Amino acid sequence: MKLLVAVKRVIDYNVKVRVKADETGVETANVKMSMNPFDEIAVEEAVRLLEAGTVTEVVVVSMGIQQCQETIRTALAMGADRGIHVKTDDELQPLAVAKLLAKIVEKEAPDVVILGKQAIDDDSNQTGQMLAGLLGWSQGTFASKIELADGKANVTREVDGGLETLAITLPAIITTDLRLNEPRYASLPNIMKAKKKTIDEMSPEELGVDVAPRLTTLKVTEPVKREGGVKVESVAELVDKLKNEAGVI
Amino acid sequence: MAVLVVADHDNSAIVPIILNTVTAAAAISGDVHVLVAAEGSAAAAEAAKIAGVSKVLAADSGDYAHQLAENIAPLVVGLAGGYSHILFPSNTSGKNIAPRVAALLDVAQISDILEVVSEDTFVRPIYAGNAMATVQSSDSVKVITVRGTAFAAAEAEGGNAAIDAIDAADNPGLSSFVSAELTKSERPELTAARVIISGGRGLQSGENFEIIEKVADKLGAAVGASRAAVDAGYKPNDYQVGQTGKVVAPELYIAVGISGAIQHLAGMKDSKVIVAINKDEEAPIFTVADYGLVGDLFKIIPELDEELEKQGITPR
Repeated sequence: MKLLVAVKRVIDYNVKVRVKADETGVETANVKMSMNPFDEIAVEEAVRLLEAGTVTEVVVVSMGIQQCQETIRTALAMGADRGIHVKTDDELQPLAVAKLLAKIVEKEAPDVVILGKQAIDDDSNQTGQMLAGLLGWSQGTFASKIELADGKANVTREVDGGLETLAITLPAIITTDLRLNEPRYASLPNIMKAKKKTIDEMSPEELGVDVAPRLTTLKVTEPVKREGGVKVESVAELVDKLKNEAGVI
Repeated sequence: MAVLVVADHDNSAIVPIILNTVTAAAAISGDVHVLVAAEGSAAAAEAAKIAGVSKVLAADSGDYAHQLAENIAPLVVGLAGGYSHILFPSNTSGKNIAPRVAALLDVAQISDILEVVSEDTFVRPIYAGNAMATVQSSDSVKVITVRGTAFAAAEAEGGNAAIDAIDAADNPGLSSFVSAELTKSERPELTAARVIISGGRGLQSGENFEIIEKVADKLGAAVGASRAAVDAGYKPNDYQVGQTGKVVAPELYIAVGISGAIQHLAGMKDSKVIVAINKDEEAPIFTVADYGLVGDLFKIIPELDEELEKQGITPR
């Protein structure tokens, strides 16, 4: 069985994002970049399935500027076998990413594609479901547990009311939620080994996909700031304020 | 042109966030239709009573009992020609189905809108709500998910929409429901609660949540948790408030033993009144709190429970 994992390079989750003064976007110069945390969980799950012998190959894909190769190397250091970089300086929106991934799926013929449920930059939560739609495959989104067996997968999903388990036929798309696993840190020997693994480079043109954005960002602004209030000294004062000042209890 | 709202439901009732989604739809068009793909007709009957809905499309089939994306998406795609916009709630059901529909229609999806600027322009949060993007769509059909807390709820009663029965789409047979472990609680649901009291890692164990649950019951509050508390196994995933969990905006939000990571603030900073109780006076949660109380929560919460008792505070 073969797995494809998609990873995105995003501003590190610990960075306090700043909106640019000209309202065209957020500041990305000299900002620490990392693999999207949900994608790390996707890579970890794939590598665990590889180590368990359930799957035989894990291919990792990333899309965007040259530096995405660093993100691919991180996944290779975690244990993925080889990488694919779809290189472009153009903005890629989720629909375009899903179309590019669909072309790569045609070439690579994986049994399962695992993606993070959402990227922490644009917070779209779309790509996996879109890819499933384009391919006509089943989808197991927001997974907290995956069991692969006999041409199907049992996927336990984090839903509003708790957990739900679906049986989905392979080939399938699975997107990861937070509780699926805890990603490893790559060891130094594995980081060295990853440098020798191959990364194939290709362009959206070579894949025959029109990646023109469908959404135009007119402006990006700061959210309305919430002012901190007062510190109270005692429980009695707190209850009094909530009752008589705020009127909420 | 009319706007279609795709309803989330449990076959017997409509999920409350649909009322907010209908309000967003009404900001786009005066003609709001609701699709109820369900097993049985109870949910459709309820949808027809929502004020401002002009028509309910009811597809009654066992294939829709669990709202599998693979089954519902072709039904929505078949109806799309008659609509300028298709709206889903931004909950786990809407987020699961909407992008599949958008891809099949070859259109972008606009996720988690907070505001309708015009029929093609919307405001949505990015970077965990640390920036607001105003985006314009060039697609013929706009597929949108709606953040419930950003729109008022439409009246659940008072409407009298016609119910049109429509045929179910073919079941592609790609997936099936196995089981569910849903949290049973007598307390209100997080996204619909007027008051929420949430616990974080400061609670130190799942058992210790008991002390905030006692307070919750005096206030008629829902109980939530930070990601750290859920990751540590104190509470199940459906308690999580934050960027990737539930986004809430109650009248009163009480954060207990929660430091206030940006991912948590993203899920609750639109609450009307925020109270923070934390032993670390430098905790970021205090920067968004209207009322902060610094101290040991294991002392403060039982005291709070007593004080509420003494003052005869009961759920509203």
